Amino acid sequence: MRQKAVFIVPYALWIVLFVIAPLVLILYQSFFNIDGQFTVNNYLTYLTSSVYLKMTVASVWYAFLITAVTLVISYPTAYVLIHLRNKQFWLLLVILPTWINLLLKTYAFIGLFSRNGSINQFLQFVELGSHQLLFTDASFMFVAAYIEIPFMVLPIFNALAEINPSLINASKDLGATQWQTFRSVIWPLSLPGVKAGIQAVFIPSLSLFMITRLIGGNRVITLGTAIEEHFLTTQNWGMGSTIGVILIIAMFIVMFITGDTRQKGGRQ
Amino acid sequence: MKKHSLKWSTIYLAFVFIILYAPIIYLVIYSFSAGKTMESFHGFSFQHYMDLFADTRMITIVINTLLVALLASLLATIIGTLGALAIKDSHGKWRNSLMSLNNVLMVSPDVIIGASFLIFFTVLGVRLGFISVLLSHIAFSIPIVVLMVLPKLNELSPTLVDAAYDLGASRWQTLTRVILPAIGPGIMAGYFMAFTYSLDDFAVTFFVTGNGFSTLSVEIYSRARQGVNLEINALSTLMFIVSLLLVISYYFISQHAGRRHHLVTVKEGDAQ
Repeated sequence: MRQKAVFIVPYALWIVLFVIAPLVLILYQSFFNIDGQFTVNNYLTYLTSSVYLKMTVASVWYAFLITAVTLVISYPTAYVLIHLRNKQFWLLLVILPTWINLLLKTYAFIGLFSRNGSINQFLQFVELGSHQLLFTDASFMFVAAYIEIPFMVLPIFNALAEINPSLINASKDLGATQWQTFRSVIWPLSLPGVKAGIQAVFIPSLSLFMITRLIGGNRVITLGTAIEEHFLTTQNWGMGSTIGVILIIAMFIVMFITGDTRQKGGRQ
Repeated sequence: MKKHSLKWSTIYLAFVFIILYAPIIYLVIYSFSAGKTMESFHGFSFQHYMDLFADTRMITIVINTLLVALLASLLATIIGTLGALAIKDSHGKWRNSLMSLNNVLMVSPDVIIGASFLIFFTVLGVRLGFISVLLSHIAFSIPIVVLMVLPKLNELSPTLVDAAYDLGASRWQTLTRVILPAIGPGIMAGYFMAFTYSLDDFAVTFFVTGNGFSTLSVEIYSRARQGVNLEINALSTLMFIVSLLLVISYYFISQHAGRRHHLVTVKEGDAQ
């Protein structure tokens, strides 16, 4: 028995030091102002300042749009993939870009979206004129959606793959049209995958700060950017922690709404 | 009708794949351009690769990144495997709470992990740099190792362990001769995932790195903020090749681990 106890020590230490302590510390820190005095003013400021509230609403709105765009692109992708002969191989190809460093993928868009970049060259070629693409909300959302697509495709693919084909056959035998079969059989059965995908995309989208900085320009438009700004630029850790606590609460709300399907989603 | 819809689906899929791969191919192509921007191709050249290999700062950072990744994944694998053994031996409520605590860092956004670790290190008085980055990487890699090892432990038949004890094996012998060999593939997969997590992490490292110490992701970020530099393209081509090799080796590891249905594992860190 003693040997067993020795085994647990490093893991238990990790739980105490790196799981519990940081969460407690961020909550604790959120009650201190920039001069190190105990206060609840951070929360009061947050709840009364139009700047913070607007930023939060904007962040949720962006995350919603990113999730929606990703879902609209990913569901048909998963649906088409599932009907291919070598579906595992094609799925692997969808997943492969997630193994490439995130910074490099984002960096590619700096070149693609630049004033004289390939996208603008193409737009000029089809006579749509060149536009300012970089540092706009649209480009930020596009890049975020681009990054998130595989994380949405995978859980939906898994959910679709689990559907018993005899259910679909039964629906067709009973005279349902393709659309009816999809609406009443396939869609409801794939819903757990969709929920897992939404969870996998929405929370990271709220906390993005790297893509916001590089593609969205130097603006504080997500909760993640606000946290980064307070911690690393203005050094107001108390306010940063307060926003962090808000982000954690938002995370729990999203997980509650979408149900605890995360384990099934393949994102582990 | 059937053929018609099939064709549309092929076009759609082709469109999605073009979106997914165009940026990556675009980076690779321009790494061979003799020019200085990603706007027009100026003829084939290895110039940017030579610049990259002559860039001692970048080479130091690559070595730092690899050192952190190797050490962090090794230590995370050891602690994570012990953790999986502990979780396996726990029961009921304990087991559930251990699993929940284990998954906290898996579901937390990277900014939260980074910010809270920064507070933690400051409170403890740990100087920001190699040590803080290494500790953070160990910390966020442990849960993934646990999640990779635990299924293998669950597959291990308890009668096998009982048989070892019946035959007079000590606890230590049972562990090293029966349990560890059986869960070996899971440990390998865990080590591998921890390695790639560490290699690619940006957000957490960015918070705890301080001045003076940098990893590849952080360096790419600071250079990308200054605009296009084709040396980064050359770097991305090399990293793309490394990623491909990693995926291929992971494919073989997971085949070996008998986790064929988990063949496609996404890198969670990327979504942050």
